[in-house]
Amino acid sequence: MKLDNNFWTTVKKKYSIYLILVGLFIVCSLANPNFLSVNNLTNISRQLSVTTILALGATMLIISGMLDLSSGSVLALAGVFAVSTYKATGSLLLAVAVGIFTGIICNVINALMISTFKAPPFIATLAMLTVARGAALLYTEGQNILQLGNFVELGQGSIGVIPIPIIFLVAIAILTWYLLNHTPFGRSLYAVGGNEEAAIASGINVHRVKYKVFIINGIFVGIAGVLFMSRVNAGLPNGAINYEFTALTAAIIGGTSFSGGIGTVGGTLAGAFIVGFLDNIMNLNNVDSYMQQIVRGTIIALAVIYDIRSRNRRANSMLGKVEDQGAAKK
Amino acid sequence: MKDNIKLRVSQIEKSFPGVKALDKIDFAVKKGSVHVLCGENGAGKSTLMKIINGIYQPDSGQIYIDEKPVKINNPIQARTLGISMIFQEMSYVPEMTVEENLFLGNLPVKKFGNVNWKEVRQRTQELLVAENLPYSPTTPLKDLTISDIQMLEIIKAISYKSDIIIMDEPTSAITLKEVEKLFVKIRELKARGVSIIYISHKLDEVFQIADDITVLRDGTVVESHPKEELDIETVIALMVGRKLTTTFPKEQVPIGEDMLQVENFNYPSLFHNVNFHVKKGEILGFAGLMGSGRTEVMRSLFGLEPKTSGVVKIKGQEVKITNVQQSIQHGMVMLSEDRRRYGIIPMRSVKENTTLSNLKSVFYSCRNHKKVERKLVSEILNKMKIKTPTIDTPIATLSGGNQQKVVLAKWMLRNPDILILDEPTRGIDVGAKYEIYKLMTDLAKEGKVVIIVSSELPEVIGMCDRIYVMAKGTITGEINREDFSQELIMRYATGTLTAGGVN
Repeated sequence: MKLDNNFWTTVKKKYSIYLILVGLFIVCSLANPNFLSVNNLTNISRQLSVTTILALGATMLIISGMLDLSSGSVLALAGVFAVSTYKATGSLLLAVAVGIFTGIICNVINALMISTFKAPPFIATLAMLTVARGAALLYTEGQNILQLGNFVELGQGSIGVIPIPIIFLVAIAILTWYLLNHTPFGRSLYAVGGNEEAAIASGINVHRVKYKVFIINGIFVGIAGVLFMSRVNAGLPNGAINYEFTALTAAIIGGTSFSGGIGTVGGTLAGAFIVGFLDNIMNLNNVDSYMQQIVRGTIIALAVIYDIRSRNRRANSMLGKVEDQGAAKK
Repeated sequence: MKDNIKLRVSQIEKSFPGVKALDKIDFAVKKGSVHVLCGENGAGKSTLMKIINGIYQPDSGQIYIDEKPVKINNPIQARTLGISMIFQEMSYVPEMTVEENLFLGNLPVKKFGNVNWKEVRQRTQELLVAENLPYSPTTPLKDLTISDIQMLEIIKAISYKSDIIIMDEPTSAITLKEVEKLFVKIRELKARGVSIIYISHKLDEVFQIADDITVLRDGTVVESHPKEELDIETVIALMVGRKLTTTFPKEQVPIGEDMLQVENFNYPSLFHNVNFHVKKGEILGFAGLMGSGRTEVMRSLFGLEPKTSGVVKIKGQEVKITNVQQSIQHGMVMLSEDRRRYGIIPMRSVKENTTLSNLKSVFYSCRNHKKVERKLVSEILNKMKIKTPTIDTPIATLSGGNQQKVVLAKWMLRNPDILILDEPTRGIDVGAKYEIYKLMTDLAKEGKVVIIVSSELPEVIGMCDRIYVMAKGTITGEINREDFSQELIMRYATGTLTAGGVN
């Protein structure tokens, strides 16, 4: 039955990542009895929420054919600004606002470099990575800011049984899903990443789309900064190093294509949790931390190879149907 | 005379998927002569040259050099056989110096495999002196003019001791004065016994330089004669002489007032002083050879490329269009010639590609109305007879004709007043072509305007009410339907005739 066949390939293609996540969850539960404890699961989700929020911003950027290497550093800068605002004023709201504002400013500069001055995203955000980290260290004179008082509630507290960072994560995930699926902006992101020239020729304001996506990314990074500093109960200018790579890893494993135009919120969430579960189970079972890095790197490589292979298959299936235009015009 | 033939190809055939590019080609070049190849875009000239240069392999047939059969597997082998090709669009590294360019891929090395730069410098200087070229071996190519670089390509060919040099439209990018310089060089080469195969659309030049002329059409040799036995008129007739086979769904509709007026459109180096107008209900053609500036004018009009001056009036009102959004707002849309580059988002669905320019009609009250979108897309796909497994299928998996129709469907959803079609039927099947012609007629009946830019003369002649012909960046002629003929268009397009009279 041809239809059944198609049905199963679609299911496999669309839901394989979730099946892997569920499989991994079962394996982890069997591998260590502590994995399923409420304490451990709450812990994982608290830790994961910061990098997953970054991953959601990264997903939108990769879909539109760009990326952000600066998110970890900007997170630290936004975090230390927020922390010192809180220490000076005692206002949590103001602290969050300053964090978000810092994220937005840094990302507007990213967009300026990329969209207005046509710098490659890789290099532009690499520059921002360095500058933002330097600024965070300069501002704090390299010292950690301690004794934060009630600021810690945001990262460590709960509403009922639900940790506050999880509430932020869920809200941001829903927002990202909404933007991608229910706004012209989201549709434009896919178009810009899929074929920028065709998007321009279709009347999409590509400049505006790029600025917008960076600003949204900035908001996410700012919030992540506040949550991170609050969870560790300190303003760490050297915190969240390499978080941008964890975020990219989650997006890639979740099926976001680095060639642009493809990616989903669900995939990225699954990717982030796969990475989180793996890290956690390796920690629980006392796997050497250097070994953990090797495992992680291997998984990224496999995910990328999978992405390229499935893209090549698509390309091959197209090839048979497209006429040769180059040499023979008639 | 047989010993006089340097290169001969016999019964060469080459097919690409779905099209026969060359069909039993016989062609011979004499020693120490210039042999010109003429033919319309797509006649098979470039394919034939690429076979001689080893880039393509023929499906069948044989190449002979000095009447000995040879097999040419790649350009490097062609070079050792004494064949060099100078390409229509030269690719070079701007930062590279004259000497590096000359010896690229052929650098002399010393014992340990390191480059012998001393020898490079010396041989470059010798060549430059011998060819009387005034620049230093260390000049970067970006500081030279196109014609200088072309000269360099030619002396590169000489440095390989080539005795067959292929030149593919060498004068398309250089000034008149530089053309003369090139011709002096060509005559010099000829005197040395080098054979030159010269491809050009510019017939006046062709008759200055040719010894023999071969005309190709639809992948076959039409005729091959010494220059003395031909004249421009005959060559044009031979180039276009194919019969009109397709029938066109053309209907006469009442012509209304001016819809679009373009005055004094300029963009230095691409087009200048372009003036035209088109009336409601009219199908307007823009003919001309590739590189004549047709596409550039349309892209500027649509806001995709800048222009430096010019006035655009739509329905009598002057409008300012600097980007595509503004153009769409004014009811003017354009289908680009390169569908894969400017038309489709390949990995996204047919549905998304269809509504891309009309997002507000499916995203409103803060959400995407999926049912509305599916209905809208299904209706337009049905209406335009577009075949796709489902509307969620990635567009890249569709056939070329269906992809093109989806891009058109995208614009039809905007209900445009002015539809610009740049090479709308290139690379698509006959059925889809007919559908597109039908659509043009329907739009004209509604009092809309269709502008077709096309290299296929039968198409513009079959569908248009009026044709402008462009050459060298400006409009050289305007022809009304009753006066249409392929010969007349070709004469305007090759610059042998301008609106003022015979050139």
